Amino acid sequence: MEIFLDPMKLLLATAKDVLPVLGLLVLFQMVVLRKPLPRPGRIIFGFCLVLVGMACFLGGLDLALFPVGRTMALQLAKGAQSGGREIWAAYGWIYLFAFLVGFSTTIAEPSLIAVANKAEEASYKAVSSLGLRIAVALGVAVGITLGTFRIVTGTPLYIYILAGYLVVAIQTYFAPRMIIPLAYDSGGVTTSTVTVPLVAALGLGLASNVPGRSPVLDGFGLIAFASLFPIISVLGYAQLVQWIVGRRNRKR
Amino acid sequence: MHTGPIRNLMKALGVALLGACRDLAPIVIVIALFQLLILRQPFPDLVSVLGGLALVVVGLSFFVVGLDIGLFPLGETLAEEFARKGSLVWLLVFAFALGFGTTVAEPALIAVTREGARAAAEAGLIENIPAAVNRYALHVRLTVALSVGVAIVLGVLRILRGWSLPMIVVGGYVLVMVMTFFAPKEIVGLAYDLGGVTTSTVTVPLVTALGVGLARTIRGRNPLTDGFGLIALASLTPMIFVMVLGLFVH
Repeated sequence: MEIFLDPMKLLLATAKDVLPVLGLLVLFQMVVLRKPLPRPGRIIFGFCLVLVGMACFLGGLDLALFPVGRTMALQLAKGAQSGGREIWAAYGWIYLFAFLVGFSTTIAEPSLIAVANKAEEASYKAVSSLGLRIAVALGVAVGITLGTFRIVTGTPLYIYILAGYLVVAIQTYFAPRMIIPLAYDSGGVTTSTVTVPLVAALGLGLASNVPGRSPVLDGFGLIAFASLFPIISVLGYAQLVQWIVGRRNRKR
Repeated sequence: MHTGPIRNLMKALGVALLGACRDLAPIVIVIALFQLLILRQPFPDLVSVLGGLALVVVGLSFFVVGLDIGLFPLGETLAEEFARKGSLVWLLVFAFALGFGTTVAEPALIAVTREGARAAAEAGLIENIPAAVNRYALHVRLTVALSVGVAIVLGVLRILRGWSLPMIVVGGYVLVMVMTFFAPKEIVGLAYDLGGVTTSTVTVPLVTALGVGLARTIRGRNPLTDGFGLIALASLTPMIFVMVLGLFVH
């Protein structure tokens, strides 16, 4: 609600967040490189747009994405608690919701499409752009789903992360060299600015509505899973392609 | 005279608006399907939620267009200039500043540290007053920015020296696990999540420009494989640094 109560305050707070970047760039340009600022009017105008945009975005998050994530978690958790089944199995709709949000937001992500196209070119079409995108989207979807399962069951986060790291380390040893930096980066790139707040709110809301869970101890981890699992699925996809190509060559 | 730039601006804004809508569309569709088919419950505050969604779309597109005309051209030329210039010290200073500065301004990071601070306040870890919550969120955000700065410096050194990326990443994994053992339980979840949050709208384009610029200027390096890897390091160090912060705060 901050944006309606005090838009000026929000704008000032955002200015404090964005000014350092502009300040640093201008400093390096003028003091270190000793060159005049190219088109200062344009830079100042762009900066104003950034300010207004960020203030609107953060205000909108508080009005829309955070409450929506919480409400979905609350309503789905309430539905799960009415049945008398085993606790982890009753939350089936939550898992489906998490999977769909993860998959649908990732598959059309512009930065992922750009990276996937580059990888297809670089590998001389051994890796297909669509295959790579599906691999990453499945990774994010499975990651977020497993994350909600972990919140419902209350198992410690680090066990999953440790297991994931071990799998990545083993895969790194066997996967084709070329794909490794790309796979490592795919984890960080895919979670967009719109998805992250919603997913964070979903986790925190779920942890406050499942009996016996605490938001601080159990509510996090969804984003961590969403960044770890694409690494595994992309490496796995590259290994699969390598195996198929290898088998075809042996047959010939 | 002035119609040209204004028309270009309007066009850029239109493209950005479409992009923001496309980002949001899958979420809206999935939620609407669940509401209509499975939950069938009245959705609370529907009007304010729709207003908020509109604000998110408009805000995000202004933000992206502003970055495109103001910050990105300046940042990209600087990144190329420093990659070419050859002074290692200035290159590393610039790399750190770039990682730090862009991360401080990352909107998703601001949002998640705020949520994390609120959760910590509700659990009674810090005082539940706005000033304390804001201070905690700011400390976490600055720690993350510091860690991304360090990650970019490390990544630049890796590209220059040709260090093996898997060795550094696996070493980082070991450090994350060691820190998990020592850090207070309450910060571990937030720390893990912040690894994935740090690198998005502001950081990725500028950091990628630096990586690709560097790999292009050094002979025998492939811009594709060597340009990547900076983001991977930038998702790893925040986990370690935030858990170290946890040792001091809790």
